[in-house]
This record gives sequence, structure tokens and C-alpha cells, in this order.
Amino acid sequence: MTLDPKSTAALALHRFGLGPRPGQIALIASDPRGALLAELDKPNINRIAGAGLMGSAEAARALFEYRAEQQARQIVAKREADRQQAMADTEAGKSMTEKTMAEKSMADDAAQKRDPSKDVGRQIFLGEAKARVDAALTADIGFAERLVWFWSNHFCISADKIPSMAGAYEREAIRPHVLGRFGDMLLAAESHPAMLFYLDNWDSIGPNSVAGINRSKGLNENLAREILELHTLGVRSGYTQSDVTSFANVLTGWSMSAVSNPDHGGEFVFVKRMHEPGDKTVLGKSYADDGVGQGRAVLADLARHPATATHVAQKLAKHFVADQPPQPLVDRLAKVFRDTGGDLKAVTVALVKSDEAWSARRGKLKRPDEWLISALRVGGVREPGPDRVVGAQNMLGQPLWRPPSPQGFSDEEAAWLDGLPTRLDIASTYAARIWDRLDPHTMVDEALGPLASRETRETVMRAESKTQAFAMLLLSSEFQRR
Amino acid sequence: MAFIHAPSRRELMLSAGVLFAWAHWPKLARAEGRDPRMLTIVLRGALDGLAVAAPVGDPDWIKLRGDKALTIDGKPPALPLDSFFALNPAMPNLHRLYKAGQATIVHAAATPYRERSHFDGQDVLESGLDKPGAVHSGWLNRALASLKAEHRVGDEKAFAVGPVTPLVVRGSAPVMSWVPPNIKQATDDTVLRLLDLYNHTDPAMARALEGRMGLISLARSEAMGGKPGDAKPPNMNGARAYFTEAAGTAAKYLARADGPRVGALAFNGWDTHNNEGVASGLLANLLGALDGAIAAIETNMGDAWSQTTVAIVTEFGRTARINGTDGTDHGTGTVALLIGSALKGGRVIADWPGVKATSLYENRDLKATTDLRAVLKGLLRDHLRVDERVLAETVFPGSAKLKPMGGLVVSA
Repeated sequence: MTLDPKSTAALALHRFGLGPRPGQIALIASDPRGALLAELDKPNINRIAGAGLMGSAEAARALFEYRAEQQARQIVAKREADRQQAMADTEAGKSMTEKTMAEKSMADDAAQKRDPSKDVGRQIFLGEAKARVDAALTADIGFAERLVWFWSNHFCISADKIPSMAGAYEREAIRPHVLGRFGDMLLAAESHPAMLFYLDNWDSIGPNSVAGINRSKGLNENLAREILELHTLGVRSGYTQSDVTSFANVLTGWSMSAVSNPDHGGEFVFVKRMHEPGDKTVLGKSYADDGVGQGRAVLADLARHPATATHVAQKLAKHFVADQPPQPLVDRLAKVFRDTGGDLKAVTVALVKSDEAWSARRGKLKRPDEWLISALRVGGVREPGPDRVVGAQNMLGQPLWRPPSPQGFSDEEAAWLDGLPTRLDIASTYAARIWDRLDPHTMVDEALGPLASRETRETVMRAESKTQAFAMLLLSSEFQRR
Repeated sequence: MAFIHAPSRRELMLSAGVLFAWAHWPKLARAEGRDPRMLTIVLRGALDGLAVAAPVGDPDWIKLRGDKALTIDGKPPALPLDSFFALNPAMPNLHRLYKAGQATIVHAAATPYRERSHFDGQDVLESGLDKPGAVHSGWLNRALASLKAEHRVGDEKAFAVGPVTPLVVRGSAPVMSWVPPNIKQATDDTVLRLLDLYNHTDPAMARALEGRMGLISLARSEAMGGKPGDAKPPNMNGARAYFTEAAGTAAKYLARADGPRVGALAFNGWDTHNNEGVASGLLANLLGALDGAIAAIETNMGDAWSQTTVAIVTEFGRTARINGTDGTDHGTGTVALLIGSALKGGRVIADWPGVKATSLYENRDLKATTDLRAVLKGLLRDHLRVDERVLAETVFPGSAKLKPMGGLVVSA
């Protein structure tokens, strides 16, 4: 199937980007593929301005300090309440009056109550969310941002477990490498304190290490297993339980410094005392013990493993093209991955240059974050307020940086289709707020160009109001699928 | 943007709702011992005027609409207005006000717009211009602004809550807006349209929407051979409650001594292409909801009711004939409903064009013989005391040749 230039431009923006902003389909119609590739060549396209954003370790220390202060305040408040209670008990004899009960409960409430605007954890989170949303809304096409989202989900951590670092992790471990080498991203992700904490490796101890002998705690296999199963080789790709155990031993000592340390808390640290000594065999290869270097060597080999190439190629093609991607496309991407030693830019360019990536039916249901951002972009919204985007993502079941498991958010239609009625609510609300900026006569073309079906055009143009027209557009199959 | 931080489903639904806006009103008429109020209600989607006030005395009426025609011996019987027109039986409150001289129905009326797009029709209706286009203010706001220029009173700081203000009151005169709490908007029309679209374009999405919206039973009743109209449109109680709450609250604000004097609100849902249900169905339910809103306005206005006019208007009418799916399509001439104790009411005002095929506009629509702007100009001039020249040049630009309709209000 060969598409006309405008259809190709619209497809480029929806399938590879974050959806068109008004005028953009026409802007790239002369060379849609070239426009995608040109975006990848822009300097620092994968970075975001970190002005005012803390690094992950700094953020972890700030949140620790804040919580420590909160706790101290609560203890003081409780002491004060208890003291007043004791006085009341003395004064009023043994019977506790309703008044003093009320006072005590008020004091307790005051101790518990927090001013959300002063909550350091919330400030950090919303600051990171804003930076991410701004990047998505201002990107010309948003292809690089989509890559960031893809890889961030591939190497996901959860803000439920480590709230301070969720945003910084993505900026530090993912963004620098999305157009670089897979091996570099792998090392950056697995050695990041956020990952070490999320997958419990920070206190995994080699049984024969100094710490293991002195303490009764021991090995935690979680990180090693997820690296093999989710991040590199893929499930059922031939590794065994002994590979997992052995790899977990390799990774012992990969930890983070205590966040109570005012200078270096929350940073990566290799703790030799916790590291299982000796050579270890992973996937049939023996690795000499040279401390942190042993883990680096295993990760480097995993990054080059053919199964990793296939796993990554499969996931990429599935994310950008189809829930069941064309096998020739997967094979080609895997080959480029192998041939280039995991050069992710080369793999990404191969994706854009593959005909299958363009000819596949437009059947991918946009995930909630993709749909939300594309709705904001086509509506010309530039400053939505990060709390609102975060709130909407929560409602839609894809809370920002809070995946349900280390597998990340699902990439399949079945996971998200039931959320359609919530999308309806959100689209209606959103449309009611911005309808007066919109021209129903042009909105279909700005959003979909020739990709719009006759039925969708008619439904939009026959809507009862501009609000309804815009909501219908955002809810149309062509706008939600890419 | 629209998204509220971690909102409940209900919060979202209500903020999606229709909203109102009130402009502050300088009480300049007080010197005359008057304190007039004016509320404008826009019915979005194009109301079938023939289903509101049926020309039961027109010999071509039954021929036109057959068994869908309202008649005074129908089931249920239409409510007689005069020897020629009868009111939809779903509107007993309007009928009562009419009989009390507090309601006027202007028939075969329309704005200057003659095409069939809701968006453009609403632009013309609310902007007061004779063509659709890039308009940023409404006729009601400009009327207000013209008065304020001469008689600035008090603190006119704008107050706005809620999403988008209806165009009719937008403009330079300060406006406060408000969204009714605790009432969810009836979005069923949107859902049904979407479902229809998905059924043609994306069956998986259709199933997902059906399942969650509890419309499976509706679809089933169709599949089992029942007519779609057999299933009661969902959530009509929601629409009724919403209309009553919205209009009633507007009235409460307008009635207050320190409240605004001019207001506007909008109700959706009048685009009745399928299964219009004039006598007992979708449209009858909507008109019943509107009738409830009218009652709420009267009640909540209290003593101010005597100084009140309410103009209920829509962007255009619907086809005179019933279409192939028991509905009507976009048409031209329709009704405007005026209520309020300040009216010299109890009349249907119409230069009746007739409903013979040869009398219809483009052989489709009730011909518009009254320019809606003349009606609105009459109200603005005689009720709010807006200068006639300002009306011709600023409020409804280029309408100098169109005389305000006189005699609509008691105090004129």
C-alpha cells in the first residue's frame, strides 16, 4: 500500500510521533520519513532542560530530610497533645470531657496534616512531570520523546517504591542513550540507584562475602532475573535458574549509599564487603572476579547476545507498528542490532526506513499517555499544568512512572480498550474548555488529514456543538489508533 | 487544560457540563423604578419548532407529518394555545404561563443564517452578526457593554468559574461564570453518536463502549426486531435534573438584590435526526426537561419574576417533514420562546408561511418569516433600554433596516 504524501505525513506524526499540532501535517508532507530522521539528528533532541530539577541522589536526600523533619514535628505535636491530655485528666478528674477529646483529636490531625504545596516529594515529582510534558508538547514531531517513553518503560522503575528518583532516573539513565548504544543504556539503568532499589539489589548480599558471613541476610535474585527475562534476553530464551543465581551473585555489592548520608546519600556504590567472591559462570561463560567489573562484563555480553537483539527488535516493532508486528520487520531490526553491536540509532533508522513500518494497518491503540498528549497537541495547548496531566493519566490507568510491575505498561490493545469510557469523559471535559479556539471546519484535516474516514468527518461535522465535534474527533478510531 | 487533578468520575462529568455566565448588570433602570432581568437560554442542536408549537389549524399540517403530527385529540393531546396553534403536551408549565399572559411564542423565526451547519448557525445566533466567522463577542455582551459605557456602576471585576462561557455573553463587559455542582451532564447523545461511528469504523471500540456504558440492552432491543425508539433513551432523568438545577440556580442569582441582571446558559441535545419522539420520546423528554427548567426559573425568581424576561432560542429549525428514521434533519424556521412576567404574553406571534410543499423553504423547511434579531432587539430596547442606534450598529451590526419588534413587554 502506498500512501499519498499527506497521509504519510499524518501517519508519521501519529505512529512515530506524538500526534500533529495544527499545520504540522502540511509542514512535513514533502518528506515525512526525512522529517522523522531529521528530528533524530537534532542535537540533544533526546535531552530535556533540567533547569531546577535535582539529580536523583540529591532528590533522594531532599526527600529524606523532609520526611525526617515531618516525623520530628509529629512527635513533638504528639508529646504536646499528650501533655495537655495529662493536664486535662488531672484538672477534670478521671473523666475525659468531650472538649478535651476534641482538642486531642485536633492536635493529632494537625500533626498528620500536610500542606501539599510544601510536600517535597510532590514538588519533585510534579517538576519532573512538567519537564516531561513540556518536552512532549513542544517537540516538532516527538519521535525522540516516543523513544524515551519506550525505553523508559522497557527499563521501568516505579515511583511507588522510589518516588524521589522516578523522573531523574529517566533523565539520567534513559535519555542519554536512546540514540546511543543499547549496552550503555543497559549499564546505566541497571547500575542506577533507582533500579537497584526498585528491584531489591541494593541489599542483596553474597552468602560468602564478608557481610554475608557476618550477617544472616543473603542473596536477592530479583534484579538478575528481571534483567535476563525483561531487559535483555527475554523470557524462555534458554537461560536457567543457575544462570539467574549466578548472575545475582555477580551483582552483589551493587548498591546505593544510605540516603541519610548528607554528601553522597542515594548514589551508586559498589560495596566490596557485600560482593560474593570468586569467578562465576553465566550462560556458560566464566567471569573472573574483578569486583564491579564482573557485573559490567556480564551486562556487556548480555547486550551483545543474539536473543537480546531479537527481544528488543520484537518489542520495538510491537510498540511502533502492530501488536503482532510483521516478522520480516522484526528480523531486519534484530539483524541491524546485531550487526551494529546494539547501535540504537541505527536500529531506529532501520525502523523508519522499513516499508512494513508504514504499510501496516493502523491498528495500534494509543496508550493513554500517547493519546492524552496527542489530544493536547492538536488542541494547541502548551501549558496544561502537570498535575492535570498526571491526574488524567491516573484516571486512564497509566499513572506516570508507576507501572504495575517490572514488565512495565502493556503495549497491547486489550489492556487499554476498556478505558474508552474514561477517555470519553476526559475528551468531553477537555473539549468543553478549549472548544472556542477550534474551527470544526478544519480540525479533522489538522488532526488526521486524509487518514480520516468519511464516517468520522461526517460525525464531526454533524456534531451538535463545537465541543461535541472536538470530543468526537479525539475519540474517533483514527485518532486513537496509529 | 481540562484535566482536574485526580478527580472523581463525577467531578469530571460535571465540569464537562454546560455552563452559565452572568454579566454584572448596572442597575441603571432603578431611576425609573425598574430593575429588569434578562436570561438567554441557547438550545444547541437546532430545535424542531413544529414539535413545540404545532399549527393544528393549518389544513396541510396532518398531510405534512402524518401520525407524527401533534394534534389536540392526539395521544397525548396537544395543549391549545389559540385556534391555530397547540403546544407540545410535555410543556404544561409553559402552557400555564402562556394562559396567564406570561409567555409568548414567536413562530417561523430564524436568524439570517440559511445554511445547515450547527457551528456556523450557533456563531450567527450568538454573535449577532449576519454571517459566521471569527467572532469573539456576543450580542448580549455588546448590549451590556454599550450601557456600561454611559453608566458605569460599582466594581465590575470579572468573575469566572468553570470552563467556557457561551459566546452570546462573551466580550468586553465583565462576566462571571459558574458550573452547577453535583449534577452530571447528560452525555448520552455523545455516547450514542460515538457508538454509531464505531459501529461503522471500529467494532472493537463499539464493544468496549457498549459494555461499559450499559447500552447493551439498547442494542439488543434493536437486534431483536424492536425499533430503536422502543428503548427509552438513557439518563433522561439526568437531563431533567440538570436543566432544572442549572436554570433554577441562574434564576436564584438573577433574583438577588446584589446579583447580576443578565445571564446566559446553554442546553445541548436538540439535534434529533433519529427517533425524534415528538409526543413521547426523546424530544418530548427534552421539552419536559425544559419545561421543568422554566418552572424552576419562575419559582426561584421570586419577586423579581415581575421584572423578568427569558429568551429561549436555537440556531435554526429542522426539516418540516419527518425523515426516513423517524427524525428530522437540519432546517430553517423555528420557534423562539419568550417567558417572564414582564412580557405582554399569551400570544403566538407569527407571519405564518404555511406548510404546503410550495410554501416550504427549499421544499424542506418551515420558511422563516420573522428575523429573530428583530425579536431580540425589541426585548433589548424595551426591557433593558438599549439605545436603538446601538442595537443597529453594535449589538446586531448592519441591522439598521430591521426594526425592533415592538410591544413584547408590558412596560414598553
